Amino acid sequence: MLIYLLRRLAYVIPTLIGVNLLVFALFFLVNTPDDMAREALGDKASSPEQLAHWKASRGYDLPLLWNGGAAGAAKVTRTVLWTKSLSLLWGDLGRSDMTRELIGPALRERVVPSLCVSLPVFLATLLLNIVLAMQSARRRGGAFDMNVQLLCVLLMSVSSLIYIIAGQYAFAKVMRLTPVSGFQPGRDMALFLALPVVTGVVSSLGGGVRLYRTLFLEEMGRDYVRTARAKGLSEARILYVHVLRNALIPIVTNVPLQLLMLMTGNMLLENFFSIPGLGGYTIGALRSQDFAVVRTMVFLGSVLYMLGMLLSDICYCLADPRVRLGGGARP
Amino acid sequence: MTLAEALGSWTGQNLLTLALAALAVWGGWRCSRREHWRLAWRQLRRRRAAMASLVILSGYLLVALLDSVGWRSPAVSPDTGEPLRRPDTGEVVLDGGRSALDHLLSGLRRRRERSYSAPLADTGLAMTRMGEGGRGRVAVPEPLRFPGAHPLGTDRVGEDVLYQALKSIRTGMVIGVLTTLLAVPLALLLGILSGYFGGWVDDLLQYVCIVLSSIPTILFIAAFMLVFGQGLPQLCLAMGIASWTGLYRLLRGETLRLREADYIQAAIGLGVPHWRILLRHIVPNVMHLVLITAILRFSSEVLAEAALTYLGIGVGADTYSWGSMINDARTELTREPLVWWKLTAAFAFMLGLVLPANLLGDAVRDALDPRLRTE
Repeated sequence: MLIYLLRRLAYVIPTLIGVNLLVFALFFLVNTPDDMAREALGDKASSPEQLAHWKASRGYDLPLLWNGGAAGAAKVTRTVLWTKSLSLLWGDLGRSDMTRELIGPALRERVVPSLCVSLPVFLATLLLNIVLAMQSARRRGGAFDMNVQLLCVLLMSVSSLIYIIAGQYAFAKVMRLTPVSGFQPGRDMALFLALPVVTGVVSSLGGGVRLYRTLFLEEMGRDYVRTARAKGLSEARILYVHVLRNALIPIVTNVPLQLLMLMTGNMLLENFFSIPGLGGYTIGALRSQDFAVVRTMVFLGSVLYMLGMLLSDICYCLADPRVRLGGGARP
Repeated sequence: MTLAEALGSWTGQNLLTLALAALAVWGGWRCSRREHWRLAWRQLRRRRAAMASLVILSGYLLVALLDSVGWRSPAVSPDTGEPLRRPDTGEVVLDGGRSALDHLLSGLRRRRERSYSAPLADTGLAMTRMGEGGRGRVAVPEPLRFPGAHPLGTDRVGEDVLYQALKSIRTGMVIGVLTTLLAVPLALLLGILSGYFGGWVDDLLQYVCIVLSSIPTILFIAAFMLVFGQGLPQLCLAMGIASWTGLYRLLRGETLRLREADYIQAAIGLGVPHWRILLRHIVPNVMHLVLITAILRFSSEVLAEAALTYLGIGVGADTYSWGSMINDARTELTREPLVWWKLTAAFAFMLGLVLPANLLGDAVRDALDPRLRTE
């Protein structure tokens, strides 16, 4: 297990360096610090001195890749690549270009509101997906199955923007059941979260149910199901004990990855419902052209993804004894 | 007025549109001569929902094509309706050019009102002014310039909503088609190279793939659009780059499997060159996967455009799109009286494109995927 873990970790590091270099190329080679300064200060009003001051105050005035003027190791470390991009690798997230606040603490205080929305959405969706898909697969070809299938295609064909706008209009404005938007920790939190959670679940339900139904149907066509039927087991026992346990392996092993990805926040929901989470933070950074924050979010997203993949692989090994550790398992 | 003058800056776009249409026709003709594609087509024909979807999608495609070709025409003076001429030479002045759809819809385009009006209304709900004694605001109905001429009403600046919704069709189709045209050839080429040759080619391509796919799609598109600016071409490029990895993995796996097949091993043994094996034996055998993925992904790309445009990382405000229509509608729903028609129009037109695309995608998958072909 340890050797396997180490091997997988050795696979993660080059990938993260690759992502880091890609982000560096996108943000500093395509779009030079001069471009950034010009965009931040406005096109016409800025003099060369203002541009230079903007760059210097944010540390973008260093050479990009190689500092020939410095001595020793500083040739490498006193560069934009080192201080702004590679530093992300050892957790130095830097400061925002616009507000100058440290990004690390800003992220920490926004993770909780993000999770308050995305975690209930995720859990409710997962549960509903499994239940609906199971019932649908059990009655394959019947009226219930047909209706669920139709509903799923319809749900999938509507933009999530529509769900949010319609939900806000119907429940918050006309019926006045919930606040239109906002977030408050404490007792009122459930009230504020009800609408975002419901719309989030509705907009991600269609695709999930269809996918899980396919999984269940595939599992129900296997030999051990026929054997179980031949033994005379009840249909309910076959479905809920044998099929469910096997079909859940790919679903459950994917959960750690999805849980980690939840931390990047849901941009649409957080923006519409004014929830002070990471998705809203990212949108704010996008709209104010805050390159440092977007850079950090992209890199963090990729770190979370790689970690999630690692955890999911481990879970898969634990859940399915047929998967041998240290075998040529590749993502 | 010569042809070159009449086309002007439209020449490139017209040629590109014609080339794409010709490519599609050629591809369809090639497929129609192969027995397994004909078998799939016969299966598809039996499904009424799929055929109805195909008809609707063809309608959308026609509108998008009409909106993609265009020409310039003589500019007309807004006061007299006479063609404008240069005062010194007497030459006819040409305008910037409009698409064929604009020429067809010139009525809708020109009939502008001052502000909001409900569908088919005679009066607008434009002017709000202080009520009696300065309390509250009262909407004063104002007669429209063109009463009853707006089937879906007009928006805040008095532009016809039906016209906007129709113009948005091209944006949606371009997103779906161009993204696919970028992602699919890339995934096909790299996927079969990776699976067929293995070794360091495979390692390198896998590395590129995992680096790209480890960045969450929406964050990648956000970063890309922030650096390259908003716009339709940039969005297609960003979505294309972000979305080839899934298909790449699928094709790589399939090629790995195919490579061990007897007929490929026989071809290798007979000394057939690699490129010929790839083109003659591998590509035709993975095309069904490509087609299924392309159609199934089309709808999600149209939906993604709306969300991205709302987030400010999609097409710019100068491009008609359902996303920006929905975005405007958000404030319209807080007005009194309620302005519902723009949201409804965008919703209906989007559903009209995405639902048939989903239904057709399902039918195509059932018809082409041998594992699911049970009947």
